[in-house]
Order: sequence, then structure tokens, then C-alpha cells
Amino acid sequence: MLTILIDGVGYGMLLFVLAAGLSVTLGLMNFINLAHGAFGMLGGYVTVLLMNRLGVPFLVTLPLAFLVPALVGVAMERTLYRRLYGSSPLDQVLFTIGLVFMAMPIANYLLGDSPQQMHLPEWLKGRYEFAGFGVGVYRSFLIVVCGAIALALQVFLVGTRFGARLRAAVDDPTVASGLGIDVDRLFAITFAVGSGLAGLGGALAADVVGGIDPSFPTKFMVMFLIVVAIGGTNGILGALLGALLIGVLDVAGKYYIPSLGAFIIYAVMLVTLIVRPQGLFAKGDGR
Amino acid sequence: MRPHEQRIAQHLHRRARWRWSEIAFWIAVVVIVFVIPSRASLINEILVNGLFALSLDLILGLAGVVSLGHAAFLGVGAYAAGILAAQGLDDPTLGLLVGGLFGGVLGLVTAPLLLRGSDLTRLMVTLGVSLMFGEIANRASWLTGGADGLEFTMGKVLGLFPIGFTGQRNAALYSLVVLFVLFVLARRIRQSPFGLSLTAVRENRLRAGALGIATHRRIIGVYAISAAYAGVAGALLAQTTAIASLDLFDFHRSADVMLMLIIGGAGYLYGGIIGAALFVVLRDFIASATPQYWEFWIGLLLVVLVLTGRDRVSALVLRAARTIMPNSLKQGGSA
Repeated sequence: MLTILIDGVGYGMLLFVLAAGLSVTLGLMNFINLAHGAFGMLGGYVTVLLMNRLGVPFLVTLPLAFLVPALVGVAMERTLYRRLYGSSPLDQVLFTIGLVFMAMPIANYLLGDSPQQMHLPEWLKGRYEFAGFGVGVYRSFLIVVCGAIALALQVFLVGTRFGARLRAAVDDPTVASGLGIDVDRLFAITFAVGSGLAGLGGALAADVVGGIDPSFPTKFMVMFLIVVAIGGTNGILGALLGALLIGVLDVAGKYYIPSLGAFIIYAVMLVTLIVRPQGLFAKGDGR
Repeated sequence: MRPHEQRIAQHLHRRARWRWSEIAFWIAVVVIVFVIPSRASLINEILVNGLFALSLDLILGLAGVVSLGHAAFLGVGAYAAGILAAQGLDDPTLGLLVGGLFGGVLGLVTAPLLLRGSDLTRLMVTLGVSLMFGEIANRASWLTGGADGLEFTMGKVLGLFPIGFTGQRNAALYSLVVLFVLFVLARRIRQSPFGLSLTAVRENRLRAGALGIATHRRIIGVYAISAAYAGVAGALLAQTTAIASLDLFDFHRSADVMLMLIIGGAGYLYGGIIGAALFVVLRDFIASATPQYWEFWIGLLLVVLVLTGRDRVSALVLRAARTIMPNSLKQGGSA
């Protein structure tokens, strides 16, 4: 029971890191980025390839799994995404679907169809006993790392000057730029951080999902969207709670009622969207 | 009737009249089916996809409702017709009706979900619905054959014409007849007071409501009709390929049909068919050149289409259509 709970929490934390960037671009910048998973895939590939081909230690690859997608993200934001900030949701969806369709064959072309397996270092393998229950070491690692990221993001957005500026720019870009805030740059940085987080999430997820392969962006797009739909798009806390809920429900559901499969989380998402279109954990009248 | 009412009536009548260019379009389609029998399966794919895109046009082009989950109705229609045939009721016409009925009922049931929230919520809800039904079809393998798909044999159309592998051209002709009948119906719907009120809803929902149009009911109505169309398209697809598989519910299907409609231009009903033809031919061409990586080029097309402005692209298609068939598309709607 506790084992499942912890597994679910670990999975949820992972989903949070993967989806946090999407929640930010969607909630703060009002941009529907379905290509978010492609950045996750990129981060996953960075870690897996560095470890397998060059023998770089796992922990060293993680910052790179953040940096590379962040740089790619900012480059794409400057050249492509920013043209679509004011467009209709339909245009944004079509555009980012197009990017996903392009990213998958590129990965396939460069690295082949089969999943790139990840080999965890010894000290992250195995399980230990906690209050009489077996707990995976890597799951605990995930909970600690992702929890720290969530905390850092929350402090960053609420406590710092940058966060305050960002929220101002989102509420009213015109007034914000009139007050001397460089809205353009803010959005670029935010986008980079979001893409980087997706990359980091992809790297951390590589072991849990059985390796990174070219179908990663579409396979997980659905999960991201569900997390964001349930968590709401304003604020880190909502995304975190949404991700945890989905993680626990998914793991527990697959364990206790395997015949229903992914049905449970789809149903939860639909019910949420019907009852509270702004998300389960949104405050008041979110956008 | 007062003079201005008369003028409006005249205008509407003029709008509803069949242009010679439209007639030429359909004659050309018939000719193509007969002239190139060797590519009958490709033509059939175009016609079925054209019907599917037409169904999306009814909600996106006419009412301005976005959907990323239209594949749900395609899949439900296909499985309804397929299961019926597998149980021995293999009359194709019956299959079409049942497929359309199931699609329509599902549309009617899920339509209220579209009334709340933003475009984003609608995209997610429709996507969620299609994923859920895909998962149901996957889990209910005793009924649907699960991941292996459902194979069956079809009877003759009206007891006369065999479709399926022996009669590829018959299959294409069968699809063409179904498409044409449903197109005429859709055209009639678009010209009807119901269709005109949908245009009002699309252009400005608040104002349409203030004019006394029951906007919610109109949207639910057209969504159910559109879903029934998609159900028929699914049934048609299943019947002419003799298989129903889980990939019908895929996100890919919803994205592809959206792309077809965007290429051809939404709102004037021919866009879906033209777009389906361009899309299927293009995909066939690219896939034969690079079988593994054709997705890349489709993605590139989407990105370029959006960046150059899809209104402009569909305007280009419209203008091309106008030079070929002048006066026919005066009231072509916007995307």
C-alpha cells in the first residue's frame, strides 16, 4: 500500500517536472505548446547518449539535459514561437503539432527507432525498507529532486523580482512594458526555463518509462495535457497537486484495477474539465 | 412580402443555386474514378477522408467550434459497422446507418461539454473524449478484437455490387455515392435557416444570442450532425477496407483531418474534399520516396502553413478555385 503510494508520488513528481514548463507557457504566456514533449525527448536523449556513449556520470548529465533543451527552446522561441503569441489557439495547436511531426522523424533518422536504454548507477538501484515497506531508491531520489525543483520554482515565481515582473507582464503586457519591463526578454527566459525543465524531466523519466524513443513526444503529450487540465494553469502549486493526483491514481489504478488501464485518468480529466474548466486547483476565475 | 424581404429571399435563392462549376467538379470526380481504375484504393481513401473532413468542416467551418478529437466518431462509426458485419448483418447500407447513428448519439451526448470554457478547454475535452473511446475499444477486446483489429467480410451494396478486395473500383464508386449524397445534404444544411444562424454564431456568439438565436442548442445540433457524418465516414472506411483497427482513434487521425481541412480551406464545404485529395496524394508521394520519414514533411507543411498564415493559403486555394469556376464561391466563408 505504502509502496504504491510512494511509487505514485515519485511518478507524479516526475510528471510535474515534465509538465511544469507547459503549465508555465500555457498559464503565463497563454501559448498552447503541444511540442513540449519534444523538449523532454531531447533532454532524455542528452542524458542517455552521454551516459551510454561517453560514460559520463548520471548526475553530471542532468544539468546538460536542462541546458541543451533550454538553449534550443530559446532559439526556437526567438525565431518561431514568438510570431504566434497573439494567434488563435487553433493556429498555435497546428503549428506545434507540426513541430512534433518534424521532431519525431528527426530523432528516428539520427538515432533509430528502438528505445535508447538507460543504465542507472548502482547507488540508485534497488530498494530499502522503510517502516516495513519496500521503497525504491530511485523513487525516493525522484521525490527529493523534483520536490526541490518545485520548491525552487515556487520561490522563484512568488518571491523574486523576476517572478513579480513575469506575473505583471502576463497580466497586462502593454502596461508592463510601459513600466520599463522588457516583456520580450522575460518571455524568452521563461520559455527557456520551461523547455529546460521538460528536458530534465525527460532525463529523469528515461529509466521509469523504459528508455527514450522517437514516439516520446506524442506518448507523453497526453499526460502533460491531463496534468495541466487538472492542475489548472495559474501557479506551480496547482500543477504539482495535479501531477501528484494523476501519478498516484495512475499507479494505483494500474495495480488494483489493471483492466481499466488508462481509463481512470482520462475519466478524471474529463470530469474535472466539466465541473471546473479552469482546473481543480485554480483559484477563483483563472484565465 | 415587402420589397427588401423580397430582395433577401432572392439573394438567398441565388446563393443556394447549383453553379455549373460545382456540377463540373462532381463530373470530374466521377471521371477520375473511372479513368484511373489502377489507383482505385487511393481514390477511395481520398473520398472517405473527404467525407471525414467535410464532417469537421460542419463544426469548424460553419460554427467555428474547434476539435482535436474528431477521430472518436470515426472510430465509433467504424467499429459499429464492423461489429455489425462480424455478427452477420453485412448489408453495407445498414452499416452506414448504424455507424452514423452511433456517431451522432455520441456527438449529442458529448456536445454539452463544448459549451463551457475557452477554445483551449474545447481542444482538451475533444482530445480527452477520443482518447477515452480509444482506450475503451482497446480494453473491450472481446467485442472489438483489441489491438489485432476486427476483420470481417461485407455483403453486396443493395444486394447487387460487391465491394472489398475484388471490387476496388466498386468500393470507390460506393464511397463517391455516399459522399455525394451527404455533401448535398450538408450543402442544404448550410443554406438553411439553421445553417445561416450557425454562421451568425460563428461570427459573434454574444450578438447571435442577443438576436434571439439559441446558440447552445445550435452548437449541440450541428455537433451531433457532424459527429454522425464522421460516424458514416468511419463505417465507410471500415467497409471498404474490411477492417476496423484501434488506430482509428489515434490522435494522428484528428490532426490529419484538421490539416486536410486547413489545406483546402474551411467554411465552403469543398475545402475538405480538395484538402483530402491534396493531402492523400502528397502523403502517398512522399511515403513512396521516404517511407520512414514522411511525417517530417507533413509537419513542415503544417509549420509553413501556419507561419505564412493559413487564411492567406486558403484564400489562394479559393482564388484558384474561383478562376477555374467563377461565381461559384462568392459566399465562401472564412476559416
